[in-house]
Amino acid sequence: MRNSTTKKSLYGVLAEFRNPKELIDAAKLVNQNGYRNYDTYSPFPIHGMDKAMSLQKSKLGWIVISHGLLGFTGAIAMIYWMMVVDYPLNISGKTLMNIPAWVPVIFELTILLSAFGAVFGMFFLNGLPKLNHPLFTSENFKKATDDGFFVCIEAEDPQFDSEKVQKLLSDAGASNIEEIYED
Amino acid sequence: MSKTYEYVPEPALVKGNHDFKSVTALVTDINLRPTPKLWYVAFGISNILLLILLVSIGYLVWEGIGIWGLNQPVGWGWAIVNFVWWVGIGHAGTLISAILFLFRQGWRTAINRFAEAMTIFAVMCAGIFPAIHVGRIWVIYWVFPLPNQMAMWPNFNSPLLWDVFAVSTYFTVSLLFWYVGLIPDLATVRDRIKSKVGKVLYGTFALGWRGSNRHWWNYEKSYMILAGLATPLVLSVHTIVSFDFAVSIIPGWHTTIFPPYFVAGAVFSGFAMVLTLMIICRKIYGLEDIMTVDHIEKMNIIILVTGSMVGFAYLMEFFIAWYSGVEYEKAIFILRAIGPYAWAYWIMIACNVLSPQFFWSKKLRRSVTFTFIISIVVNIGMWFERFVITVTSLSTDFLPSSWGYYSPTFWDVITYVGTFGLFFTHFLLFLRYLPMVAVAELKGVMPQADPHNYDEKGEFVEPKVEVPEPTKQSV
Repeated sequence: MRNSTTKKSLYGVLAEFRNPKELIDAAKLVNQNGYRNYDTYSPFPIHGMDKAMSLQKSKLGWIVISHGLLGFTGAIAMIYWMMVVDYPLNISGKTLMNIPAWVPVIFELTILLSAFGAVFGMFFLNGLPKLNHPLFTSENFKKATDDGFFVCIEAEDPQFDSEKVQKLLSDAGASNIEEIYED
Repeated sequence: MSKTYEYVPEPALVKGNHDFKSVTALVTDINLRPTPKLWYVAFGISNILLLILLVSIGYLVWEGIGIWGLNQPVGWGWAIVNFVWWVGIGHAGTLISAILFLFRQGWRTAINRFAEAMTIFAVMCAGIFPAIHVGRIWVIYWVFPLPNQMAMWPNFNSPLLWDVFAVSTYFTVSLLFWYVGLIPDLATVRDRIKSKVGKVLYGTFALGWRGSNRHWWNYEKSYMILAGLATPLVLSVHTIVSFDFAVSIIPGWHTTIFPPYFVAGAVFSGFAMVLTLMIICRKIYGLEDIMTVDHIEKMNIIILVTGSMVGFAYLMEFFIAWYSGVEYEKAIFILRAIGPYAWAYWIMIACNVLSPQFFWSKKLRRSVTFTFIISIVVNIGMWFERFVITVTSLSTDFLPSSWGYYSPTFWDVITYVGTFGLFFTHFLLFLRYLPMVAVAELKGVMPQADPHNYDEKGEFVEPKVEVPEPTKQSV
């Protein structure tokens, strides 16, 4: 539905709500009206927003466990190769496969790799870093990291129609409704 | 409108009449205001101390570790004492951010950023000591499993190598945890700062965070997983540090109580250090509404608990030494109390076991001045604990003919003093340029953040907390 006559293409419609409760209600409303390409913005995570927006369970757990297993098996493989295969050292007659003594390093590397998975996996799932975004063109949107609560319905949504969307949001009690254009 | 029943009513986490905007302003205005003059004074002093550290390390590398007081029989002195002391202090941050997070302790949000920063800088100070202690610091990379000219690998059966992995993993994970927590707050500063350079710098490190709830969803999951990972990690680090001692066969070191005893001591000293710094900062930066007396009281209770655990461990060590029937074990513990280092031992007992007992009194644990004094006393005591453990066992070990008294030299002392320069230089930069309270998290624990606390018209209604009468319930 993009208007080809305007120079800049429309990114979406941004609307502000007063508080977490109104934002949740708005998210429920937008969701029930069948919109899929939308998002809500708040300075802190809001309890119950996942249900209101029917968000899928985060896939992060799978990323973390795969990294953790990589750290675990990688540590065992590394120590085994170094201590038993490549340069076996007889240390006071102890067995080369001195597994109990390897536990601390295996544990630490499992945690380290899992933590990398948890942080960089989260960045990956969120598409961060993304230093430029159409929403940053809105001066009002700066409140989203302070005390502003926003809904943005994106133009990519199949049933997007700017006027209908604006009406829906203003009926839901939104203020400062504005169209956001791609930068 | 909601009704919550609480058997023990919790005091409000943010005092005063604050909304989201005023909390943001209270914390991030500190970063936006012009630098206070006092900050430059403090920063200058810290820089001088940092310079002293660099000079003493430079001289050490040039001359060798003979400039320290180490000799036979005491080969581990102040350097190891300082390492264990700093790394112990570094335990409070991750404990507050990870373990208290898993236990859903909302009060942690006021102090976690602060404590995590302290952790990172304390671990940096700690890491210096083992690194410069190796003597030939230019081949320090031999401690890592990297290919080297000898075609050898480090010994994975050695506790000293475990320590390398434990401390470096702890530092990395603490840094990641801290940074993940910082991202939303960096975005807040990015959106409020006026200067162009500031916008670019904060904007870059905020990674383009825009408070999207689709992002928060993954973010919260990530934060919880990190907390779950950091919890066993924080317990493992001081455990592994204690293995440096416990895996040897020196009397007084070769005990199984060391891991839990070291961890309790680490939490004890870490909380004391957080309190010392927090009491100064809340006053100077006017954050009394966020870091309240209730927070100080809760932390004092943890100090009381861990201090008593440490005291119990001291008793247990004596008991086990006697119960083991080993002459050397018995001798070393008696020598600790009445031998050449008895002065250090009794300072340790007075500071660590006796001083926290004052906190049984509610009045004293809510007294800011008293808490400040005790927090410093506790850290002096914990330094002496590490001194007693490290030095006494070595100076009077198996063979009386090889006993010797250890004293530090000038260079031992100024290297230690210099690490405070490293610590405070970083800490002051943190206070100046980063939000010292986790603003986003703090807003999340305010009653206004809960959608249940609003009526049908969308107006905020203060949640009503009712305390059920036990007599009514039990009948």
